[in-house]
Amino acid sequence: MDWVNAIVQGILLGGLYALFAAGLSLIFGVMRLVNIAHGDFIVLAAFLGLTITTTLGLSPLVALALVVPVMAAIGYVLQRGILNRTLGEDILPPLMVTFGLSVIIQNGLLEIYSADPQKMSAGSLETASLSLPGDLNVGVLPILMFVVAVAVIAGLQWIFYRSSLGRAFRAVSDNQDIAQLMGLNKAHVFGMAMALSLAVVGIAGVFLGIRTSFDPSIGPGRLIFGFEAVIIGGLGNLWGTLVGGIILGVSQNIGAQINPGWQLLAGHLAFLFVLAVRPRGLFPRID
Amino acid sequence: MTTEHTYSISRSSKASLIAAVLGLLVLVVLAAAPLWAGRADMRLLSEVFLYLSLACLWNLLAGYAGLVSVGQQAFVGFGGYMLFALAMFAGVSPLAAIPLAGILGALVAVPVALLIFRLRGAYFAIGTWVIAEVFRLSFAQISALGGGSGTSLPVALVRSIASSRSMREATTYWMALGMAVLVLVVIYALLRSRKGLALTAIRDSELASQSFGIDIWWHKFAVYLITAGLTAMTGALIFLQKLRISPDAAFNVNDWTAFVIFIVVIGGIGTLEGPILGVIVFFLLRETLADLGSTYLLILGAVAIVVMLKAPKGLWGMLKERTGLELFPLSRRVVKNKT
Repeated sequence: MDWVNAIVQGILLGGLYALFAAGLSLIFGVMRLVNIAHGDFIVLAAFLGLTITTTLGLSPLVALALVVPVMAAIGYVLQRGILNRTLGEDILPPLMVTFGLSVIIQNGLLEIYSADPQKMSAGSLETASLSLPGDLNVGVLPILMFVVAVAVIAGLQWIFYRSSLGRAFRAVSDNQDIAQLMGLNKAHVFGMAMALSLAVVGIAGVFLGIRTSFDPSIGPGRLIFGFEAVIIGGLGNLWGTLVGGIILGVSQNIGAQINPGWQLLAGHLAFLFVLAVRPRGLFPRID
Repeated sequence: MTTEHTYSISRSSKASLIAAVLGLLVLVVLAAAPLWAGRADMRLLSEVFLYLSLACLWNLLAGYAGLVSVGQQAFVGFGGYMLFALAMFAGVSPLAAIPLAGILGALVAVPVALLIFRLRGAYFAIGTWVIAEVFRLSFAQISALGGGSGTSLPVALVRSIASSRSMREATTYWMALGMAVLVLVVIYALLRSRKGLALTAIRDSELASQSFGIDIWWHKFAVYLITAGLTAMTGALIFLQKLRISPDAAFNVNDWTAFVIFIVVIGGIGTLEGPILGVIVFFLLRETLADLGSTYLLILGAVAIVVMLKAPKGLWGMLKERTGLELFPLSRRVVKNKT
């Protein structure tokens, strides 16, 4: 029964990893940008949620209504102000600039909040659980996170393929210059893509902060989980990130079930295994 | 009466000759440091040399072969752990273990490269980070090496390096200096060779160099192995100086990759002089601002971003563009002969 439990929990954890991954996948799809500070933005969102819940006395889920727009605004300004200048043939400038941002965010958070682990409290939601047939107890919070992850990815999928903003995303992704000729302002489109990415990061950060304790140093680890989910699922495939997240979550939980020290290692090995047998991921959409 | 000139192709220039003479003088002065420097100065200088060697290697990897890695701490830590393992379990003397750690580092880089060379560009960068994490978590599982909390080099082994403390400190100092010189010589010789010409071509344009028949994959693979081996040797030396190793210190992304990248980016990527200038700037900043703690890192991150946006070729790149100065004679230039 422990094993079934580990797998079910792993699947639900995969939802959170998919939330980490979806934002990364989106901006890579639109502008081939990999944001090294992605994980640190997740932690920033968690701290933002913490500040809002403690100062305003709001529940973390209500705080989302503030965290998400603030993160989206940060994303838009960051893209227009800094990141747009780094895009081009050379992959080094965006990598270095986001690497620098990662260091700045980590140490900025350290200055403000110290290195102590923090946690957001969601009250009774944290302990509520559903009894499933076969002696399984599944927390309401993990289920909620998974449902939100599915909804977010469905929403992104809809935006990407059904809305005019998504049409702009796909146009600049295919050919920036021609998209520009057709009257799109690519600087704005990229800004919107980063805003959307960090909006998802906002949701991911708040859920991370409710689920586990966090401190300023854990960002890079979250980036790696998101990145692994993207690669396992296949580049450019949003639903793939959910599959990738689930595979990662299940591998980690199976690893932890065998030996607590193997939790993270098992996830990394699953990623390397997929890389060895299916270098482009399970369901690749773009090269 | 028309004046006739003959032209020839030359690599060396007056600046490079002066730089060579000055460089040798500096080297002699530095080699004599145990005579004139205090214990703390020698420690600091050793650290400068080891960072210089890491920076030059990362520059070769990212600046010439286009392999932007944020996971070089994998090889620093691996080299450190190999030194401890060889000395503690195989009875190899710590000094002999250093080149062996380098060879093992290059060997372990073969399967690593075969796997992560499947990723491109920025995803390659994060892939190297995953490898470093796998190394860290794996070494944390080895209880003979102290597991997650690490281990110290036994006193008897430390004594075997040299009998007196001052002699030991001088030995490790000279080894750090020797490591930096070795790395500079290897990279310089590599870049002056036929392979180096191919690498420079790859740096300037992959597409063009491919159409000239350069096997890009092979060159990148070779550079990755050389870098991994020398990085592992440097790592072995770093932990020979610290005498203590733990997974978190050995595979630390900030210490062994972030700082190294800042050094190269600030100094100037894709030049041999850049990392040397960068390491000087980095240590000047560190020695004056280190008391500020995390604020210092904030400043470093901001400086790196500003340099990347305003002067993507770094300080040396700016200088080179304005003056054409080149201390290491690598590029060929046309010289008008005196008749």
